[in-house]
Amino acid sequence: MAAQKDHDVDRITIGEDMTIYHAATQKQALIDALKASTRLEIDLSAVGEIDTAGFQLLVLVKREAQRLGKQAHIVAHSEAVRELLDFYNMAAEFGDPLLIPAAGA
Amino acid sequence: MDEITSVFVTESREQLAALESALLQLEHNPGDDDTLNAIFRSAHTIKGGAGVIECTYIVSFTHVVENVLDTLRNREITLDADLIALLLACGDHMGQLLGVLEAGASAPDAELSAEGEALLQRLQAGKGASTQAPNTNPTAGTPAAFDALIESSGGGAVETDCWHISLRFGPDVLRNGLDPLNFLRYLGEIGHIERLETVADAMPVAAEMDAERCYLGFEISFSSTADKAAIERVFDFVRDECTLHILPPHSRLNDYFTLINALPEDLMRLGEILVRVGALTQHELDEGLSAQLAPLAGTAATDAAAPTQAPQIGEILVEQKVVQPELVAAAVARQKQVSENKAAEARLIRIPADKLDRLIDLVGELVIAGASVNLLASKSGSEALTEATSLTGRLVESIRDAALQLRMVQIGDTFNRFHRVVRDTSRDMGKEIELVISGGETELDKSMVEKLGDPLMHLVRNAMDHGLELPAVREASGKSARGRLELNAFHDSGSIVIEVVEDGAGLNRERILAKAIERGLVQAGQALTDAEIYNLIFEPGFSTAAQVTNISGRGVGMDVVRRNIQSLRGSIDVSSEPGKGSRFAIRLPLTLAIIDGFLVGVGEAAYVIPLDSVVECIELSAEGSERDYVNLRGEVLPLLRLRQLFGMEGELPSRQNVVVVHYAGSKSGIVVDQLLGEFQTVIKPLGSIFRHIKGIGGSTILGSGEVALILDVQALVQRCASKEAQHVPGAARALPTTSRS
Repeated sequence: MAAQKDHDVDRITIGEDMTIYHAATQKQALIDALKASTRLEIDLSAVGEIDTAGFQLLVLVKREAQRLGKQAHIVAHSEAVRELLDFYNMAAEFGDPLLIPAAGA
Repeated sequence: MDEITSVFVTESREQLAALESALLQLEHNPGDDDTLNAIFRSAHTIKGGAGVIECTYIVSFTHVVENVLDTLRNREITLDADLIALLLACGDHMGQLLGVLEAGASAPDAELSAEGEALLQRLQAGKGASTQAPNTNPTAGTPAAFDALIESSGGGAVETDCWHISLRFGPDVLRNGLDPLNFLRYLGEIGHIERLETVADAMPVAAEMDAERCYLGFEISFSSTADKAAIERVFDFVRDECTLHILPPHSRLNDYFTLINALPEDLMRLGEILVRVGALTQHELDEGLSAQLAPLAGTAATDAAAPTQAPQIGEILVEQKVVQPELVAAAVARQKQVSENKAAEARLIRIPADKLDRLIDLVGELVIAGASVNLLASKSGSEALTEATSLTGRLVESIRDAALQLRMVQIGDTFNRFHRVVRDTSRDMGKEIELVISGGETELDKSMVEKLGDPLMHLVRNAMDHGLELPAVREASGKSARGRLELNAFHDSGSIVIEVVEDGAGLNRERILAKAIERGLVQAGQALTDAEIYNLIFEPGFSTAAQVTNISGRGVGMDVVRRNIQSLRGSIDVSSEPGKGSRFAIRLPLTLAIIDGFLVGVGEAAYVIPLDSVVECIELSAEGSERDYVNLRGEVLPLLRLRQLFGMEGELPSRQNVVVVHYAGSKSGIVVDQLLGEFQTVIKPLGSIFRHIKGIGGSTILGSGEVALILDVQALVQRCASKEAQHVPGAARALPTTSRS
């Protein structure tokens, strides 16, 4: 996990799997990052595996941002994340642009 | 083998037996969904149990069988005779796998696994071929009838409308490793998820949110040809940890609102979700909302109250005139019955048989000890003591009966096993055979039932092979093409009679006689009754089958049958009528351990005659004391003098008595000195050196500590009858030794 600050935009990159084994630490990291910023960008391009616990975190961050009047965007999705959001039919609700790889993966 | 495994094996064998009988039932009645469900449940239970004890080879085999059963249930493939035969074979294979497990092997040997593979391939081949057939499984139906309708109706167009599934997962599912994702993905395999809405309203604010708890729920619009039970099964593993509502296609608006009321989320929000999922149209939602808001106004805040407030589903259905009240009543009664059956099952206790045997032994000792107390009491002359001992005596008698009752089982289960045998054999031999069972509720000692299996199997196979003719032959002789095989059981004068009856050709008297003469069993000129000739088939090495088949006819059968029966203190007889069939009758004593006896005295010795066989006692008149028969109310009663029979010396008493006994339709009189009255007799076996003494069935210990011999009435009566037949040829015809009941 890495956070960097750049023109009031904070970016957090999650590098490991978003599974229940990491859910507690990732939750803390995400919530802390959101607290420290008004506009949070979340990079999930390196997430190899995501389960329902990980998905819940994304829902939580989105909802917290809304509640606190901040913004949280997922700026890059890995294949696994994209697939899960599709399955749970939350892509539209999250409202983040999903980049579909040209290769069609 | 540890306890859990042995319980699994025992229970699985029961399940297999149930599975087999259900399959056979299904053969006669292919459309019966209840039976099909019962079969599926049996297979499922075995698989589940095997999973628990981690017996992978049973799990993997049963899994495929279960899948096929499932497709059967969903009407994706049709059931035919071949498939039933295949499934029966699979059941047998599962039985063998259980045997492997029981033997403690880690995996079945190569031969058995090859057999399993072959079966599975056949199963899958059959399944593949049949699934090609058009699958027109309608998902239509009113809410009331959908369950039965979907399973039972065969045709009709597939409706496009969807199921609605509403799911709320419990907080611990993630922690327990049950990711909702997996269930939903699996759901996608039995149908198509048209639209899924994730409901995360239960998730609290970040500070209170536990990342390992599950807060999610889903509203799903699902199109599938599967039935409700199949959809429910997807969530079997999380059933306890999720709230699941399934609405079938074309459910009524009210059902949706009942659902909405039962869910924790707010009414408007859920309404929206349902519209988004496509379950409801906006118009329907508005209509429903206006109707719902009024009654809800008071309690809308308390979500928990909603489910209790919702009327019972049955009431709703009736209100909506979807079903008649009678139907609901019937369904409720049925559910109740099911739960009562479950309760009855739970009342059964499994006890190791040796504990039971120990109890019976103790009761036996108690009976003997009681007899000795009784004796002392009557000698002491104290009235109070005599009274007290007689009371104890009665109680001991009750305990004895209750203890023996514990060992009694109905013979029906043993009989029912023959459905399968008859079915398979008749198919192999190209005969049509109907098995008729009566008296299945007759009880007899468990150890006897176990030892009876083999002899019965022999008799049944013999009857099918030699007795019943081929359909063409039957028709030619004016009988119906379908042969009839009966298994009967009933009580008769202290014994149990088990009959195997068939309406085939009957025994061939001449051929048996010729064979017996050839084997030197009888002399050519000997005068024999029909019954005697027929009973020659029980002699060792006797087979009249012109050709040896793989079913029977190797000549090692009937003598073994007789020996088995005799080892149970029973007897077997055959009677036959040419062209009409034959009847094998096995007679067995009710119990092996304790009987009511009648104590008689001869000289110094005491003998016990089983009370059940005693008809009456008469005084031997002086004139009859020289002859070997008396006139009993116009009947000739052959006499048997115990004094002579056992070569006892001593003075004849001034008065002798005759105990009239009967066995299998014959009566004889046993001449004794004294009648000593009823006596509870604990049968002790005689040592092996006394085994060949005819006429003695065992021994017992009297209250005084003396030993009394128990007379074998069967042997004595037969001895009387045969002696008579030798003296007076033809007389035995009047006193047949076989029973024709």
